[in-house]
Amino acid sequence: MKETDIRFGKLLVWVNGAVPLTLLAWDAWHHDLGANPQNFAILTTGMMTLLFLMLTMAVTPVRKITGWNWLLSYRRSLGLFAFGYACVHFLLFFSLDRSFSIAGTLAEMVKRKYLILGSIGLLVMVPLAITSTNGMIKRLGGKRWRALHRLAYVAALAGVIHYYMQVKADVRQPLVFGAVLAILLGYRVLAYLRQTVRQPRRPGPAQ
Amino acid sequence: MKDSNKILAGEVTPAATYFNRRTFVRAGILAASAVATGLVYKRLNPVASGKVDTAAIPGLTQPAADAESKGFRVDEPETPFQDITHYNNFYEFSTSKEGVAPAAAGFDTRDWRVSVEGLVRKPKVFSLDDLLKISSPEERIYRMRCVEAWSMVIPWAGYSLSKLLDVVEPLEDAKFVAFETLLDPKRMPGQRSAVLDWPYVEGLRMDEAMHPLTLLASGLYGRALPPQDGAPIRLVVPWKYGFKGIKSIIKIKLVEAQPRTTWSAYAPAEYGFYANVNPQVDHPRWSQATEQRIGESGRRPTLMFNGYGEEVAHLYAGMNLRTNF
Repeated sequence: MKETDIRFGKLLVWVNGAVPLTLLAWDAWHHDLGANPQNFAILTTGMMTLLFLMLTMAVTPVRKITGWNWLLSYRRSLGLFAFGYACVHFLLFFSLDRSFSIAGTLAEMVKRKYLILGSIGLLVMVPLAITSTNGMIKRLGGKRWRALHRLAYVAALAGVIHYYMQVKADVRQPLVFGAVLAILLGYRVLAYLRQTVRQPRRPGPAQ
Repeated sequence: MKDSNKILAGEVTPAATYFNRRTFVRAGILAASAVATGLVYKRLNPVASGKVDTAAIPGLTQPAADAESKGFRVDEPETPFQDITHYNNFYEFSTSKEGVAPAAAGFDTRDWRVSVEGLVRKPKVFSLDDLLKISSPEERIYRMRCVEAWSMVIPWAGYSLSKLLDVVEPLEDAKFVAFETLLDPKRMPGQRSAVLDWPYVEGLRMDEAMHPLTLLASGLYGRALPPQDGAPIRLVVPWKYGFKGIKSIIKIKLVEAQPRTTWSAYAPAEYGFYANVNPQVDHPRWSQATEQRIGESGRRPTLMFNGYGEEVAHLYAGMNLRTNF
């Protein structure tokens, strides 16, 4: 693929990734988020975080299966959107639910397991966002960079459980996210096992 | 031989046109994909809208401002009708609060019957008309606090449940009142999935059921209850979490033992039989200290017994409210 095509592809990812946030802001401005806009905005940004984490993690399996290696060029953009939506999600909670009170937020975090999980998910994404530049990949070296970025799995797992734990009774939506995550992680486990079976003496390259 | 495939110089698209066309196509792809993403986003995150129109309730009276009617009218801004009718927890129709109104639209309540039975001297199956004739409807403006930590102020129409119980004459050994919602997956599509153990059942202790604040409601904002709010007849117990207010009631049974209730059967560690609003006793997974009043920004502190302590605290004197949550 040509450089200009990749740049256009990235533009496509960025524009479409920003669409939900733009519509959310637009609807909030027009008081069009329903009876409980605070809850709506917090829930929606949380779902977008999970969605982008899943898309990021889907790049490698889809690339391997289809041979579309150009997909790799968009993985970091997708990951940054996951981080961006997670930040907005947290800031909305911090402002609308906790009224900007750091003490109130910490007190609530200590008491609620789902908030601890959500915080873990957000915090492990911080080093990933920081090291998302080309320069950082060079400085860390590909192998170490890939190892570090496996933290995305931790973020996704923490995020899905964080969502599951707050649902009152209808857990179908978090279960769908959980099932997709299980497939994406399962693919990696299978790929790893196949590699070790095929090349028993040599350590397999990182997936 | 002449090469027919050879492209003549004049047929080559000029570079400027080629790039313009490519830019044009790309702009089109960009715009189309953004619109598609927007549509998918809107579809996955619906906001309830639409008009609700039910019959006006004739002869609605305002309760007298005397000691007996204490707590009947909360002096706080009423939650808009649109919000009360488009933000509902009514799993019989949908587990999405925004999805209940569209799923419940057109719910058929003709020939509704309510059986009042069990430990009573005069059991009876009431038609809705007979039931509504027992006492003239009063407007009661109550706070409604959901267990999910949001709240509303709702002008209900109805009469105290005690008036109905007086008609059927409870027996001495009646200690509890058990309520049951209609079970009909054809009319209540949410009942087709086993999210909860249908039909929805609720219960009150006899003294709670006889308390004047406990309302058998048939309307809100001076109009008959819309389906999404529990048509045609529901329970409202303002000092308890909203899930105690069972909707679309078909059976009221007076019993001796504490009846099974849907949410506490579903998760006994999270939802109790009493379910009194209590800011000091948190839900195991979230705080009950504050609430999001619908239509307000910022959160309000949650009041003990939802602000009805003066009227109802004596019912629970000497009880440990942490264990009897």
